Amino acid sequence: MSVLTGPLRTVEAELIGYRRTWRGTVISSFVNPVFFLSAMGLGLGSLVDQSDNDLGIPYIAFVATGLMAATAMQAGAGDGSFPIMAGIKWRKEFHATITTPMTAADIVLGRGLWGVIRLTFILSVFTVIAGLFDALPLRTALMAIPPAVLTGIAFTTIVTAFTVTQNDSTSLTTLFRFGITPLFLFSGTFFPIGNLPQAFQYVAYATPLFHGVELVRKIALPGLGTDMVTTIPIWVHFAYLAVMAITGLYLASRLLDKVLRP
Amino acid sequence: MTENLVEARGLTKKFGDFTAVDAIDFDIHKGEAFGFLGPNGAGKTSTMKMISTVSPITEGKLTVFGLDPATQGRSIRRRIGVVPQEDNLDVEMTVGENLYIYGRYHDMTRAQIVPKITELLEFAQLTDRRDSHVEPLSGGMKRRLTIARALINDPDLVILDEPTTGLDPQARHLLWDRLYRLKQRGATLIITTHYMDEAEQLCDRLVVMDNGKIAAEGSPSSLIRQYATREVLEVRFGVDEDKDAAALSLDGLARRTEVLADRVLLYTDDGEGVAHAMNERGIHPEQVLVRRSTLEDVFLRLTGRRLID
Repeated sequence: MSVLTGPLRTVEAELIGYRRTWRGTVISSFVNPVFFLSAMGLGLGSLVDQSDNDLGIPYIAFVATGLMAATAMQAGAGDGSFPIMAGIKWRKEFHATITTPMTAADIVLGRGLWGVIRLTFILSVFTVIAGLFDALPLRTALMAIPPAVLTGIAFTTIVTAFTVTQNDSTSLTTLFRFGITPLFLFSGTFFPIGNLPQAFQYVAYATPLFHGVELVRKIALPGLGTDMVTTIPIWVHFAYLAVMAITGLYLASRLLDKVLRP
Repeated sequence: MTENLVEARGLTKKFGDFTAVDAIDFDIHKGEAFGFLGPNGAGKTSTMKMISTVSPITEGKLTVFGLDPATQGRSIRRRIGVVPQEDNLDVEMTVGENLYIYGRYHDMTRAQIVPKITELLEFAQLTDRRDSHVEPLSGGMKRRLTIARALINDPDLVILDEPTTGLDPQARHLLWDRLYRLKQRGATLIITTHYMDEAEQLCDRLVVMDNGKIAAEGSPSSLIRQYATREVLEVRFGVDEDKDAAALSLDGLARRTEVLADRVLLYTDDGEGVAHAMNERGIHPEQVLVRRSTLEDVFLRLTGRRLID
């Protein structure tokens, strides 16, 4: 039995459930980018592009890269929150799983693998739709899918680690309201981080979605000026997200084991 | 020589300052149905969880199949089936899928699992429910599915925590019948229960647990012989009557007298004889019943309390 056997069994279990719910998630992964790109890109974009500030690129291109990372964050954080709470406290199926040769780490790693598959699908759909909106050059946008997946999975693992320590879903609602939503708004998704006061820029540097947005933007739209993106090297963004994902995996495995095996 | 599947010496489980299981010793033999009888909070579930390796032991020694749960948990879990107190079936899957994924968790191939599912659904009397969702099943059906799920890997040891709690009498009897068949096939069963009738029906040998400790150990009949009399005369007085005074008036009739909130128990080998003697003393309770002693009486004797409050 290899190290991956257990995690792959978790993926299999997710697939069995997904066979019944895939229609809903597929529809939302098509509908969300269409809505956001129409409203932000076309609607708001027409105003932005008429202004005297020359972005050098259409606003829809700028915001599409931001939304790509933000979509990954939201899907990733979603995967790490309510389904985990359900497995521990509501449906309790994790408690059943660990009475077999499976371990808490198999559950966490498997859900991570499953998250990578799901995020890749969601972001591919996003990229294709962004291409149809003529928002992004397709070739570089496709290259930005793996960094966006990394952004999402980093959120999945850290949010999983947080969720397993919580007693009820109130704290999850709080996390989304006061964590995920501000990140969505102030991480450079909709406007360059340089437009924020200096102090807020430093705060943004410390937060994960900023690195996801910058990474995706620098890869999908190469050659942007320093008024659009920071001069932080790409590897720094990558390292930040990779460390976050791995720390999250480690913490989530350890903490879930503590919770399931008191 | 009997082979011990589980051995515990000084087995202890603490949660912070609270000691759930307090240095208990027991051996579980291959092929027997072994029971942990006790009220809620006696430490039965904690003991079960330690045996099924889903709760680390705090102190003492525990081996399952001669293996150490702390380091060889996976190998132990490969050979056990666990039926938890609460149904934790996956409600997003069908009846058949719940069994299938458990087989996969046990590293079985599709070709091994599929015939096993057919066999287990038959055993659990759920054959026509194979493609049904879990949610609409009755409590008894869910329980039987949980038991079927625990059997997917042909376990050498089946651990059942309160298997019939919350079921109606008919569902309980059906479940007992299934567990009895399982025993007949040679499976080793560990059962926790706070129902004395369940323990009497199913267990070859049991320990009585109270406050994390083992109060007594033996077969149901030997425990009854040791701690109770053959028969019990239960007498009920009117609500207005002083039970203690009534009990005093019964003094000397039986070997032992227990005064409960609602009735008085007279322990004797001859219930009818004591009933006669009582009538001759001019005592005429509202209700008189002669019955055989049960494990409930054993528990009462050992702890001074009843199993179910």
